[in-house]
Amino acid sequence: MKLGLVIDLDTCVGCHACAVACKQWNASGTTGPLSDTDPYGAEPSGVWFNRIRNYEVDTHPDSKTVNVPMSCMHCEEAACVTVCPTGASWKREDGIVLVDQSKCMGCNLCAWACPYGARELDEESGVMKKCTLCVDRIDDQSLPESQRQPACVLTCPTSARLFGDFDDPDSEVSRAVAERGGVAQMPELGYAPVNRYLPPRDKPQVEVSDDTRAEAQSTGGAAGLIGKWMKRQRDAFDRLGSRDGGDA
Amino acid sequence: MHPALSVIFFTVTAGSGYGLLILLALARPLGLLPKISPDQIVFTGIFGLVLVTAGLLSSTLHLANPKNAWRSFTRFRTSWLSREAVFAVAFYPLSLAWLITEWATGNTFMSGLLGVLSAVLAVVVFVCTAMIYASLKTIRQWHSRLVPVLFVLLALVVGALLLMAMAAINDLPLGRLGMVTLVLVILAAVFKAMYFVNIGKPAGPTINSALNFTQASVRLLDVGHSGGTFHTREFGHQVARARLYWARILFFVLLCALPLLVLLLVFTSSSTTLFWVVLAAVSAYAGVFVERWLFFAEARHVVNLYHGAQQT
Repeated sequence: MKLGLVIDLDTCVGCHACAVACKQWNASGTTGPLSDTDPYGAEPSGVWFNRIRNYEVDTHPDSKTVNVPMSCMHCEEAACVTVCPTGASWKREDGIVLVDQSKCMGCNLCAWACPYGARELDEESGVMKKCTLCVDRIDDQSLPESQRQPACVLTCPTSARLFGDFDDPDSEVSRAVAERGGVAQMPELGYAPVNRYLPPRDKPQVEVSDDTRAEAQSTGGAAGLIGKWMKRQRDAFDRLGSRDGGDA
Repeated sequence: MHPALSVIFFTVTAGSGYGLLILLALARPLGLLPKISPDQIVFTGIFGLVLVTAGLLSSTLHLANPKNAWRSFTRFRTSWLSREAVFAVAFYPLSLAWLITEWATGNTFMSGLLGVLSAVLAVVVFVCTAMIYASLKTIRQWHSRLVPVLFVLLALVVGALLLMAMAAINDLPLGRLGMVTLVLVILAAVFKAMYFVNIGKPAGPTINSALNFTQASVRLLDVGHSGGTFHTREFGHQVARARLYWARILFFVLLCALPLLVLLLVFTSSSTTLFWVVLAAVSAYAGVFVERWLFFAEARHVVNLYHGAQQT
């Protein structure tokens, strides 16, 4: 067994629903609390097992926005488990990496060893916390089988998240990775992360006028682009009301 | 990396203690201080153990849940931190046996043997400490063979100057200690300069390999949180380039230039140089403190790539 997640970067819309569902389930479950500090103030902070960031890949006008949810990769060579001096970090037979909160001394070394930022210290309870793949759902025989999945997977409105066994070549996750060329993040560090990301599909090229291309090249920086865009909006606003879109 | 004061104080102070104890144990066998008396060894040894203990106690201050610290002895086979903890505790009975034998029997084969064994164990403890950092592939500035070498060398420099101060207080003739100190200071300067050159070369993962978009440029649009997180506080700590630059200069002045001048003074003058030798020891201690602060301040964890850094 090698349990993990597949995340489809083509369909993820970056809505943060998976992160919220994760926080809701895990804050009230066996890993709770996931302490927050200053939650309604100017500098809210807190423990999250799942964080979503947005990136621009390539440059305007050929750029694409990609939303990248990240949680524990449940690495096969989990350095966080190796460095742990107390035995609080451990890996289950099915590959899930867990923290035994009753053993953790809060030294942060596992968080230093993790390249993916999967581990966060809960400053209130003084112990390290991380994604459990919702073991308290997937192990719970009293739940109907369709519900024995991580909260993030169940809640994703675009079904961009899949959960399953990567050791089984016929599982949904294995098939998705084979079909779509799923990749791992930062594989060169050698931790053999299990989670896979499905790259965005190739889309038909959008026609871009030579003017736009020349403009993008001449302005270069993002601030310049915003300036040009605002000028275009101003020009368009000035033209409002004239039927032919020409001089007002 | 966030430079935690308790961890810096721990590695610098415990290191100085181990450095002093290593050279003290070798004072007779290597002829560093051939005339040293058993009483002087015992008193200096106790001083070294006080430094080690102060450092180790400080190391527990950065734990968020110290009541479980005793469990850190249980993963000796895999964790460098666990190894450090086990060896650090094992060092006490051995070094105390050495000092008690020295006090009871004086300069005997047994006291010499226990001393050398203590010195070996002290090196082992401190290499384990360094390996906690050097084993992390996530921080390329730490993942270097130079790191354990420098940890031990810098500990020995401070230890050597402390031992020289002890010799000056007791008016002991310097055997080979002056020369050994000189060599240690020069080696520390050379290795640290090599380290600075090495970490200056671009290497390691980039934002492209982090996200596995290797065919085009990648730029962070939004990091997904409005306030700080555990990761921005622990790994996002950034120090202005100018301050890092001046800290490097300060390190070379405090650890190398000033002690070298004092060594010159010691070699050339026959009059008492107690004040200058103590000043050199304090200066070297401060120099290692600056070095350890730099060690953290210059370290860039790969998680910063996901937060928008193009490379580490």
